[in-house]
Amino acid sequence: MSTELLVSIGIPVLLIIVGKVLGSNIERRHYASIAAREARFGDQPAFSTKQSNTSRPVRSAKLATGSVVVSVDHFKRFVSGFRMIFGGEVRSYSSLIDRARREAVLRMKESQPNAHVYLNTRLETSTISSTSGNEGIGTIEVLAYGTAVHYDRAP
Amino acid sequence: MILTNIDSVPGRQIVQHFGLVQGSTIRAKHFGRDFAAGLKNIVGGELKGYTELLQESRAEATSRMVAQARDLGANAVINVRFTTSSVAQGASEILSYGTAVMVE
Repeated sequence: MSTELLVSIGIPVLLIIVGKVLGSNIERRHYASIAAREARFGDQPAFSTKQSNTSRPVRSAKLATGSVVVSVDHFKRFVSGFRMIFGGEVRSYSSLIDRARREAVLRMKESQPNAHVYLNTRLETSTISSTSGNEGIGTIEVLAYGTAVHYDRAP
Repeated sequence: MILTNIDSVPGRQIVQHFGLVQGSTIRAKHFGRDFAAGLKNIVGGELKGYTELLQESRAEATSRMVAQARDLGANAVINVRFTTSSVAQGASEILSYGTAVMVE
């Protein structure tokens, strides 16, 4: 009886601890990689406007897309459960969305790495559901796409 | 075939419009990938299997749209949009659509 109880409580608690330790480690490494790659694309901005105010001749314009599927760890899923009781901002999920958006924009840029600007950048978010019930909660896909414009030469 | 998601092809002149073209695909994820993603869910982070699956289906939808545009005699598709909707649990539809045009 007591071993049954130990197993039924122990396994979820173990998963939460594993999720906390490994999850925050994965997140830290991901943010480090995002920061390094964003620095590399510092002078190739992504605009949400359809025009860039320049009259430089255009060499090529191509569609650039980038997408990523990210999920939160068990610990954050557990913490957010409490937040659902009291309401308010779910901070543990903010970093998930932030990581996914920045990663998607970076992948969009990496798909056309030589462009000068990315016009009309759009972000689309969709949730991923699981076939086996609600375990897909906290899993999102972000797609970023825009028009990668390559100018002829410096003005 | 030139694709853009703005109203024009920068640096080119549009000479003819052919109207809306679209391509879509509905994909389900297979059991193995779902299982691996379930394990990855514990620690969080990127689920590469799903990223690839969605990228493949988006490429498929785009190539169907491009094929439709080619049939009309277009050489570019402007104002391309992507949407995703879930049809059933575990299956999603990816749609891409745009306006087929002829540029110089």
